[in-house]
Amino acid sequence: MAITDIGQYVHLTAADIEELGRELDGIRTDIEESRGERDARYVRRTIQLQRGLVVGGRIALLASRNKVAWIAGTALLGIAKIIENLELGHNIMHGQWDWLNDPEIHSTEWEWDTTSPSVQWKHSHNFVHHKYTNIVGIDDDVGYGLLRVTRDQRWKPEYLGNPVFNLLLGTLFEWGVALHGVELTKVRRDEKSMDEVRKDLRVIGKKVAKQVGKDYIIFPALSGPGWKHTLAANAIANLIRNYWAYLVIFCGHFPDGAEKFTREEYENETHPEWYLRQMLGSANFTAGPLMAFMSGNLCYQIEHHLFPDLPSNRYAEISERVKALCDKYDLPYTTGSIMHQYMQTFWTILRLSVPNKFLQGTSDDAPETHSELKFRIRGGVRESFGVDPDTGRRRGLRTALRELQTGDIATA
Amino acid sequence: MRNLRLSSAAPVRTASTPTVNVLRGLVARATTPLLPDDYLKLLNPLWSARELRGQVVDVHRETEDSATVTIKPGWGFSGAYQPGQYLGIGLRVDGRWHWRSYSLTSIPRRDRKLIAITVKATPEGFLSSHLVNGVEPGTVVRLAAPRGDFALPDPPPAKLLFVTAGSGITPVIAMLRSLRQRGESPDIMHVHSAHAAGDVIFHEELRALERTQPDYRLHLQLTADKGKVDFAALDGLVPDWKDRSTWACGPPAMLDIVEKAWTAAGMRDKLHTERFAIARTDKGGEGGTVTFKISDKSIKLDGATTLMEGGEKLGIQMPFGCRMGICQSCVLPLESGYVRDLRSGTEHCAGDRIQTCISAASGDCTIDI
Repeated sequence: MAITDIGQYVHLTAADIEELGRELDGIRTDIEESRGERDARYVRRTIQLQRGLVVGGRIALLASRNKVAWIAGTALLGIAKIIENLELGHNIMHGQWDWLNDPEIHSTEWEWDTTSPSVQWKHSHNFVHHKYTNIVGIDDDVGYGLLRVTRDQRWKPEYLGNPVFNLLLGTLFEWGVALHGVELTKVRRDEKSMDEVRKDLRVIGKKVAKQVGKDYIIFPALSGPGWKHTLAANAIANLIRNYWAYLVIFCGHFPDGAEKFTREEYENETHPEWYLRQMLGSANFTAGPLMAFMSGNLCYQIEHHLFPDLPSNRYAEISERVKALCDKYDLPYTTGSIMHQYMQTFWTILRLSVPNKFLQGTSDDAPETHSELKFRIRGGVRESFGVDPDTGRRRGLRTALRELQTGDIATA
Repeated sequence: MRNLRLSSAAPVRTASTPTVNVLRGLVARATTPLLPDDYLKLLNPLWSARELRGQVVDVHRETEDSATVTIKPGWGFSGAYQPGQYLGIGLRVDGRWHWRSYSLTSIPRRDRKLIAITVKATPEGFLSSHLVNGVEPGTVVRLAAPRGDFALPDPPPAKLLFVTAGSGITPVIAMLRSLRQRGESPDIMHVHSAHAAGDVIFHEELRALERTQPDYRLHLQLTADKGKVDFAALDGLVPDWKDRSTWACGPPAMLDIVEKAWTAAGMRDKLHTERFAIARTDKGGEGGTVTFKISDKSIKLDGATTLMEGGEKLGIQMPFGCRMGICQSCVLPLESGYVRDLRSGTEHCAGDRIQTCISAASGDCTIDI
C-alpha cells in the first residue's frame, strides 16, 4: 500500500527529521549564495555547443546521400537534441537559470526542441510531478497512465501489454511526453472536460506542426535529391533522443528503492518530510562527467528532486553533501550503474504485467514498493531506533532494513 | 499577398523592418523553436532582434564621478527617440543581468548609428559605479527601447527655462544639443546647480553655448560656495520665469520645492519634471506583515521598505527591472490588503497590479508570488 507514514518508515525521530530538513535548507542557501559568473558561463557555453552541433548536423545532412555525411549528421543532430531537451530545456524550464535575469535563458521564455509544448510541460512536470512526487493516484508520472510500475496500481487486463507498451513508450517517447500534457488520467476520472482536452490538443497540434515541418519537410526539401536520406536521418536523430531520454528518466524513477507513497502521506506532510519523500522516491545512476552532461545531470535525480531549481552544473557537488547526510542519518542513497538500474526497472515492468496473485511479496514489501508495515514484526512498528548508545550513531532506515534481513529485529 | 507576408513573418513579427521580418520568419520555420537570431548572435552579438542589444564603443569620463558611455545598438533598435527620453540598459555583472535607466545624451538624427548615455556614479548605485569605472569598450549590453514623457515638443516653445542639478543636466543637454542641431534658437534660461566647478558635467560645452548662442543664458550655482538656489526668490534670478515653459530635472528634494513653487504660482501646467530617484521621505505608511503566497513565506516590513526588498530578503526570486518604478517588469497582483506607492503615496487595494519595487506595505498584505 506504499508509504503512509514516512517518519515511521525511515525510523528517525521527529527532531532528527527536522534537523535533516534544516541541513538540506542549508545546502540550498549555500548554492544560491555562491551562484555567479562560473555558472553563467557554463550555461552559455552549453548553449553555444548545442547550437554549434545543430548547425554542423544540419549542414552535414544537406549532403545526406554521402554515407559519412549521413552518419556524422545524424549523430550530431541526435546529440544536439539530447543536450537541448535534457541539459537545456528541462533544466531551464525548471527555473534553474532564472537568477541570471536573462530573458533569453528564462523559464517563462524557453521553448524546447520536442513536440511537447513548454507551457503544458511546466504544469504536468514542474508542478504535478515535482510537488506530488510518487504519490500513487496524484502523480501521473507513476506509470504515465499507461504502465503498471508498482503493485499499488490495481491490476487491469490492459497491463498484460506492459512490456509492449514500455517498448512503444521508449520508441515514441517525445509523443508520449506531448500527450502527457493532456492528463489522460484526469480525463478518465472525469476531472477534465472534453473541451479542455480539445484546447490542450490544439496547443500540442501547433507545436507538432512546427516540429514536423522542420524535421520532415523543410530540411528534407533543402537536401534536394537526397531528401529521403535526410528525412530518415532526422527521424533517427529523434529516435536516438527518444530512447536516451526514456532511459535517463526511467532509471531515475523506477529502479528498486524508489519508493511510492499514499495520499495520506502527502496530506500530513511537513517540509522536511517532503524532502524525505523526494530522497526516497528517486534513484540515481553512476556517471562520469560526460555521461552526467548528456543526461542533463539527471543521473543526480535525487539531488534534482530535492532542489529542482538549483543549477544542474552544481548537482555533482550537492550529491557529495547529500550522500554525507544519508550516512549521518542512516538513510539509503539509491544508485547503481545505468544498466543495473534499467534491468531492475525492466523486471518490474515485466513482472507487474500479471495480477498480484502471481507475484511474490506484498505492496508493503516488494522490490518496487514498500511501506512502514514491512517492519510490523511482533509488537508493531517501532517509532525509532534513536541513537545507538554504543557507537553514538543514529540508527535509521538502513539499519532497520539490514536488521530485518538478518533477523535482529525479531530478537531485539 | 499581405496575408502571405504576415504569415511568413509570424514567428518574428515583433522586430524591425517588414522585409527583414519576412525573411527571418521564413528561416525561423527551419530554426524553430529558436529564431535565426539565436544562431546569428553567436557570430556577432549584435545580430539579434529578439532582445535589443548594443556594444559599448567608448567610455568618456566627464567628471571625477561621471562618464558618457557610447553604445552601438544592434538589430531592431529604432533610432526614433526624443531628446530628453531615457534608455533602459542591462549589464551583466558576475553572471547576472542588472537593469537601470539613464537619460540619452546623444541626438536622434545626427548620431543615428550610435547612442550615448551619461551616467553619474552614486555610492549606493551598484550599476552606475560599474558603468563609470568598470565597463570596457566591446562589452555587450542589453537595451530597452527609449521611453519617457520628458521631451521637448518640436517646434519648441519660444521661451524656455531649464532647471537642473547634478546629473539632472543629462536629459537637458540632449535637448540643448538637439535644438542646436535643428537650427532652432528659442530664448533659453538655464539654472544649473552643482557642488563645485569640477563636478559640473558638460561644463565646457555649457560655457561654449553661453559664448556662442546669444539666446542661451546660464546661471551656474556652485552649492559648495553659495548654497542652494532659493526658488522663493526666483524672480531675482529669472524675472520672467512665469512666461516660460519649464523643464526641471534633479534630486527629489529640489523637484519637490520646484513643484511647490510652480503650483503656488498657478504655473503647474507649464512645468515638466523628471525624477531619477524615488524620494523616501515621510510618506511611508505603517508597514505590516507581507505574505508571499506562492512561495509561502512572510516577513514584517516597515513602511519604507519595498515589497521587492522584502521578498529578496527571504530569497524569493522577485521579478525586477529598473527598481525605480518605470519599467513595469516587477508588476505582481496584490492578493489582499493594502500597499502604498512610495512615490505618490497612492494606496492600492486587493486586485490591483502593483510595482513591487516602489510599493511598501500599509497594513498586512499578500502578494501572489
